[in-house]
Amino acid sequence: MIPEIGHFSLILALLVALSLGFLPIIGAARGNAVWMGLARPLARTQFLLIGFSFLCLGYAFATMDYSVTYVAANSNSKLPIQFRIAAVWGGHEGSLLLWALILSVWTVAVSMFSKHLPDDMRARILGVMGLISVGFLLFMLMVSNPFERLIPAAMDGRDLNPLLQDPGMIFHPPMLYMGYVGFSVAFSFAIAALLGGHLDAAWARWSRPWTTAAWVFLTIGIMAGSNWAYYELGWGGWWFWDAVENASFMPWLVGTALIHSLAVTEKRGSFKAWTVLLAICAFSLSLLGTFLVRSGVLTSVHAFATDPRRGVFILAFLVIVIGGSLLLFAWRAPTVGRGGKFDVVSRESFLLANNVLLAVAAISVLLGTLYPLFIDALGYGKISVGPPYFDTVFAPLMTPALFLMGIGPIVRWKNASLPELAMRLRWAFGVSLATAIILPLLLGNLTPMIGLGLFLAFWIIATTVNMVYLRLRGQDQPLFTRVKAIPRAWWGMVIAHLGIAIFTLGVTIVKGFESEIAVRMAPGDVAHLAGYDFTFNGVKEIQGPNYTASRGEIRVSKNGVERTVLASEKRLYTVTNMPMTEAGISPALIHDLYASLGEPLVDGAWSVRIYHKPMVEWIWFGCLMMAFGGMLALSDRRYRIKKRAKNLAEMSEKEVLA
Amino acid sequence: MKRALIPLALFLVVAGFLFRGLYLDPREVPSPLVGKPAPQFSLPRLDDPTKTISPKEMLGKVWLLNTWASWCPACKDEHPLLVELSKSGFVPIIGLDYKDTNPEAQQWLVEAGNPYVANAVDADGRVGIDYGVYGVPETYLIDKKGVIAYKQIGPITIEALRDKIIPLVKKLQTQ
Repeated sequence: MIPEIGHFSLILALLVALSLGFLPIIGAARGNAVWMGLARPLARTQFLLIGFSFLCLGYAFATMDYSVTYVAANSNSKLPIQFRIAAVWGGHEGSLLLWALILSVWTVAVSMFSKHLPDDMRARILGVMGLISVGFLLFMLMVSNPFERLIPAAMDGRDLNPLLQDPGMIFHPPMLYMGYVGFSVAFSFAIAALLGGHLDAAWARWSRPWTTAAWVFLTIGIMAGSNWAYYELGWGGWWFWDAVENASFMPWLVGTALIHSLAVTEKRGSFKAWTVLLAICAFSLSLLGTFLVRSGVLTSVHAFATDPRRGVFILAFLVIVIGGSLLLFAWRAPTVGRGGKFDVVSRESFLLANNVLLAVAAISVLLGTLYPLFIDALGYGKISVGPPYFDTVFAPLMTPALFLMGIGPIVRWKNASLPELAMRLRWAFGVSLATAIILPLLLGNLTPMIGLGLFLAFWIIATTVNMVYLRLRGQDQPLFTRVKAIPRAWWGMVIAHLGIAIFTLGVTIVKGFESEIAVRMAPGDVAHLAGYDFTFNGVKEIQGPNYTASRGEIRVSKNGVERTVLASEKRLYTVTNMPMTEAGISPALIHDLYASLGEPLVDGAWSVRIYHKPMVEWIWFGCLMMAFGGMLALSDRRYRIKKRAKNLAEMSEKEVLA
Repeated sequence: MKRALIPLALFLVVAGFLFRGLYLDPREVPSPLVGKPAPQFSLPRLDDPTKTISPKEMLGKVWLLNTWASWCPACKDEHPLLVELSKSGFVPIIGLDYKDTNPEAQQWLVEAGNPYVANAVDADGRVGIDYGVYGVPETYLIDKKGVIAYKQIGPITIEALRDKIIPLVKKLQTQ
């Protein structure tokens, strides 16, 4: 009965979403205040209905109701409770429900925190979000119903894919979706502004916190996914340029460009059309990512079972949403005007260069991801595009982007002087160049890529330190007061930029100095890597809740002193009969020691892979710093000030003028 | 206005490819051997290991080379179709018994029927490597000159038989 109630609740949600999608937008066009006013209650009702439906599915999982097809396909009575709950989004139908739920959460959030917006603007924004919701709810109810019954019921479930039975599964997808779907807010703001015809600084100011919030979630989501892949896939990689990873990375790149471009539009009124286009693209790429994962068009570790009807439906939805908004853009954008003029050397041009580089990077990732499909569709055969392409394309694009990142924040708006800049930054340049050459020489490996990576990382750190120093210098108040006096948004930028530097350092060092060995180890055997001795203690059989495992212990010592013990498991999940490797990792600031069991050989020996990964944790720490910077910017006090009164005053003034 | 249409145009091109992509299977890997002569081998026969069998003996005929094994569940799915096909006498089928043991393979043919004119025993899978077999069952259609005309990856389905294999065999037999 509960699943039917959940299903019914989903149907009601569709009806509410339809009303939300049409009534407030029509109301805004006709100036009907009652219809516009419907947006808020409808957004809340929609959230309650989808949330209830989600709880019903969660209940079916918790109570092991195997008369529901989706539960039977993705759960098992032996599955531990936390994974039984996470299994709600472990398959196609449930992840769509999570998508719809998160969209309704963002919709409610917009309805709550938009009191300062003009009524017609708010009505249009919530309406556009309602229309997106209609698409997803229709998709679910027509071809991907999570509540479909299985008659007769299965005796037990087929179990969640063992790859997903990991704490990462509990956080990674919801975080990623919060980011993906969060861009729908910036998208809806842009569409609402195009519909209403007023693209101004106020629009950019309202969009900024929402975009930053979505970007923070996406950053954390991608970071969690990368970290998960690192310890779960068992070969020590942290990014694979897999089609689905790319699908999350493209919106991130465009979202990052959007954050910067919104800043220009708000402060200087420039780049308006470009900012709108970025807002549309960020969300479009999120939708495209959903399509790529759900349709089976590309092969990937993330792919779900495919059904061509689903693919056709999502593609039609994509064409309506993206095609429609790009058409609206083509129609309205030429009328928005150019904004303030600026010189070649000015913060505007630096941010423009940043935007162009990030957009080109996103396009090249898109090209690499879809290239196999293009070639196949044109009948030229099957190819796959892997890390060599992406590495080759990415380094030349990111090098100027990171270099300009050091300069951009200290250049004046409108026009600046190049000689003055050069004077100011000559120390930062010298210090980072010297460090980039001396440090690798001390570590014993200087290659052009290591030198370049280190130079860019130290360049960002040095210029940022220079900027902070100059901003804090020369006033009489105590340091703490001076720090407090600067807006948090600015500190957020500083921390996020330093996060990029930390990330770059991690990537450069791990790529340049990592080492690995693959050895055959019998109990008592010792392997040597990076100055450490790895002693194999043999393998014990252990029994997990829904798997059996061989657990191998490797004692790590240096110069006879024991440092740590790595435990790697080779698990066999009994229901799906799938083997999984759990790597044994000892993470630390300086380096990770990483061991994973391979295959059993004769006489109790195993093939073992051991990795030494210097500073690999810095990669994820850098991502966390970026996300923290974003959060700090969000807590800026200007977002907490009520602006409604001021806006009303402005509006009545305009009416008088008209 | 014209410049503002560029994003839309680009998107529509991508959407066109995505639509085409829905009807392509990214997992389907074409065999590089299609259009090339079938690799030669000389292997013992399953029913009489003292005799050998080679593709040369089939020159002048259109025939199917079907890799299978008694341990392979998917082979059991396609087996009834192969038996039907052999009863019609339409096209001879040679089996390539891949990484299998003789008693079990013979037992299986007794139980489920024997659609094969003859079976070659590829116990260590060496010939399978020449043919690029990466999963049984796989089936090759070979023409009168000994050239591979078509490769079916995975079990033969009724659709594949009706829409691809039978029309192709008819065409090749008239050549």
